[in-house]
Amino acid sequence: MPDLLLELFSEEIPARMQAKAADDLRRLVTDKLVAEGLVYEGAKAFATPRRLALTVHGIPARQPDLKTERRGPKVGAPDAAVQGFLKATGLKSLDEAKIQRDPKGDFYIGLIEKPGRDAIDVLAEILPVIIRTFPWPKSMRWGARSGKPGALNWVRPLHAITATFGLETEEPDVVKFEVDGIATGQTTYGHRFLAPGAIQVRRFEDYEAKLLDAKVVLDPDRRKDAILTDAKQLAFAQGFELVEDQNLLDEVAGLVEWPVVLMGSFEPEFLATPAEVIRATIRNNQKCFVVRDPKTGKLASKFILVANIEATDGGATIIAGNERVIRARLSDAKFFYETDLKTRLEERLPKFEQIVFHEKLGTQAARIKRIERLAAEIAPPVGADVAKATRAAHLVKADLLTEVVGEFPEVQGLMGKYYALAQGEDASVAAACEEHYKPQGPTDRVPTDPVSVAVALADKIDTLVGFWAIDEKPTGSKDPYALRRAALGVIRLIAENALRLSLMKVAASALAGLSVKPADAQKLPSDLLAFFADRLKVQLREQGARHDLVDAVFALGGQDDLLMIVRRVEALGKFLESDDGKNLLAGTKRASNILSIEEKKDKRSFDGAPDAALYGLAEEKALAKAIGEVKAEASAAVAKEDFAAAMSAMAKLRPPVDAFFDKVRVNDDDAKVRENRLKLLNEIRSATRAVADFSKIQD
Amino acid sequence: MDASLPAHMRPERSFQGFILALQRFWAEQGCVILQPYDMEMGAGTFHPATTLRALGPKPWNAAYVQPSRRPKDGRYGENPNRMQHYYQFQVIMKPSPPNLQELYLKSLAAIGIDSAVHDIRFVEDDWESPTLGAWGLGWECWCDGMEVSQFTYFQQVAGFECSPVAGELTYGLERLAMYVQGVDRVYDLNFNGRDGDAKVTYGDVFLQAEREYSKHNFEVADTAMLFEQFKMAEAACRKYLDAGWKDDKREAHLMALPAYDQCIKASHVFNLLDARGVISVTERQSYILRVRELAKACGEAWIHTEAGGAA
Repeated sequence: MPDLLLELFSEEIPARMQAKAADDLRRLVTDKLVAEGLVYEGAKAFATPRRLALTVHGIPARQPDLKTERRGPKVGAPDAAVQGFLKATGLKSLDEAKIQRDPKGDFYIGLIEKPGRDAIDVLAEILPVIIRTFPWPKSMRWGARSGKPGALNWVRPLHAITATFGLETEEPDVVKFEVDGIATGQTTYGHRFLAPGAIQVRRFEDYEAKLLDAKVVLDPDRRKDAILTDAKQLAFAQGFELVEDQNLLDEVAGLVEWPVVLMGSFEPEFLATPAEVIRATIRNNQKCFVVRDPKTGKLASKFILVANIEATDGGATIIAGNERVIRARLSDAKFFYETDLKTRLEERLPKFEQIVFHEKLGTQAARIKRIERLAAEIAPPVGADVAKATRAAHLVKADLLTEVVGEFPEVQGLMGKYYALAQGEDASVAAACEEHYKPQGPTDRVPTDPVSVAVALADKIDTLVGFWAIDEKPTGSKDPYALRRAALGVIRLIAENALRLSLMKVAASALAGLSVKPADAQKLPSDLLAFFADRLKVQLREQGARHDLVDAVFALGGQDDLLMIVRRVEALGKFLESDDGKNLLAGTKRASNILSIEEKKDKRSFDGAPDAALYGLAEEKALAKAIGEVKAEASAAVAKEDFAAAMSAMAKLRPPVDAFFDKVRVNDDDAKVRENRLKLLNEIRSATRAVADFSKIQD
Repeated sequence: MDASLPAHMRPERSFQGFILALQRFWAEQGCVILQPYDMEMGAGTFHPATTLRALGPKPWNAAYVQPSRRPKDGRYGENPNRMQHYYQFQVIMKPSPPNLQELYLKSLAAIGIDSAVHDIRFVEDDWESPTLGAWGLGWECWCDGMEVSQFTYFQQVAGFECSPVAGELTYGLERLAMYVQGVDRVYDLNFNGRDGDAKVTYGDVFLQAEREYSKHNFEVADTAMLFEQFKMAEAACRKYLDAGWKDDKREAHLMALPAYDQCIKASHVFNLLDARGVISVTERQSYILRVRELAKACGEAWIHTEAGGAA
């Protein structure tokens, strides 16, 4: 079956847009093909700075013919109905229609045949539409045609379209169409500097090979591999190690069609500036990699750049030029760093009074005050020194106003730590400057220093309560203030540091510190708690654990101690993996099911203690006794927060429950006995509630 | 590069030779070579030959040097490459020709930047001027990791769609010249390409001015007067715009250019006030908005003039 080759050749496409554009092109074309009844075998899309390319192979040469039947009027129907039928089906006369008999009578049936079209014609119809409506994040007009209505919008000026369709063994045809004056053909162009000439291409195989000859590596993955391999080798040859950086690699691979990796140096004196600042300077401004000494792990005074040409002088000029720029950039960074060191962090704070954090939540200064107060309150339960936690909270945001952070936002926190240490702050206070932002996600490290933990919790809880108070909660995919991340951070801080904290209390206190007073302030802490429960479920699900257990534990009510919830969920999970657990769950569910049926029937509930005098069978008595013992034992264990022991106690319920269902008929003819047995079943349910609401657990 | 040039005129030896080479190159592409606009402005884009001429249907190709005044960037002559006054070389071609990138690369060759040994790259950079109500898409052009030019396809200017679109190139002249001359400090640039006693450096021409203007911009500029000047320029701009309509039908405007001068003036006065640190963060936004309103109104007037394409 024939293959399609499509290339859209343009001026330089922003690196960050290339991968998605290639993917969009593949998806849009193949979706449309399938919708047109052209089921293809495979498709792959590529992007370089100057082209988007797509190959779709194994497209049927023709669409299948479509046959549909259309039921018409009854035989003998008025002429108007017959004429309408003929018009709709395209039949010349009723002679061409079949007659079908059904219980209501005889009907005319028209057979409509829609012959399939050649795939190349379908392509010529769908491709220009896809090009005209391509979902670029930002697009533009250009040239003389931009003055006319309906001008093409593309990410940057589009120069040529190659579109061929055909079998491997034959000369392919050009898929003929025109977009804004650009007619399709078989001509593309090589590397801008190394091989700028026109290239005639037939199909994907020779297209890719000819581009390679013309110094264009079409596949971004191949460019990345080449860059990474060469960069590692170049570093290794000089006794260094590449500091790998996937995002930078992705970006750099989108800036070159023919990657050439080179190494340059800078003056070792610059290494006195913090390594992260050097890395940010070299990476953000120059899009170059840094290298380190594999023995010490420290940065070396070298950098690796990726050029787009094989220079005739072997790259000497390119290296010299990049070194000049990097030297100038590093001098700026060094100057910023040294300037920052001249001002103490606390001297920067008054400026925060001018900076609005959020129009409804006041200034940054007000926010810092709230975090200080909250950190002081959280400090004792998390084992942090109150004075240190307060001091840390006072200073942690100050580096936002430094020159270095202004220049490189990604080193926020880290610079705070450097500046705090430089001005002689306590090591924990300095560490909190960096660590209070952590954890940033499910895999980020969780701080353990109690001062960092106190400030990290205060910062996140203030954020959550604040945005809850002004009703800016996350909805669907929208979470502009990263509140889900903040909540997960709180969960991880508490669980991984085994902290005891009443979230309701802390949330209420944070709320009291806000200047806005939401209408439903009463409900806010429990609302927020439900949000935490959701986050916990998501986290457990991502870890492969059962999220229904979170519901089973939260359903007990009054649970706002995250650590206890997590422990309980863990113990419950383990218990339910055992045979005892599984059977007890089954037994409890059976009891619940019977109860709910009978409760519905009698329109009453069966709570209240069963009457021991009404027990007739040994199994009843045994169960009643076991329930009593297990309840006491499990409650005692829960009180000691020994959830594993509580579960072991629960396990003792299993044999009597099993025996009960085996031997005892609940719906006894004697109404009193029946009622008493239902009450006993209710007791099973209530006994298990010592550890969790079993009804929320899925089988 | 033209091999017949005498040594002192070669772009890699002389700043003025460098400028002349660019002018010559773009003259050969059919551009009118203008002289700098006689007003203080923050960027070559403010020149009416770009801002106003970018609007309307009439073709327009021009190139010129424009001094850029950025009062806040003054460093008393002590920074190797930051100045409150520097030169931009500006090219505007409307409609943007299909080979504008190639022309740009040829212009680099004309000033001694050979693409066989230099790594030239087009790196995404979306351009936006809040004060001019303008935006466009394009790139910053890199040469061996250094940003040497800005390349923009204007989509909107003064709040109006560009129709057709103009291509704009801005070269940072000192930076490029430093690169081709191989000097690290702007004041060491050879200005006239001569040697020995006959040599004049960029520092000889501008160092004193940098010191004086830095003092003026940061310490002395009369802020009360400047606030007054801003108001006056704003009012004058409005007044000239109102008075410029040929008749009540408001179909033809006869005074867009003088009005636009007042917009340029207001913008520069604002920059001076900003450098003096007398404009707060919230006020800053409102001043930018006020200048933008003037720019938009001037754009509106311009498209009702003859050069703006009205009838």
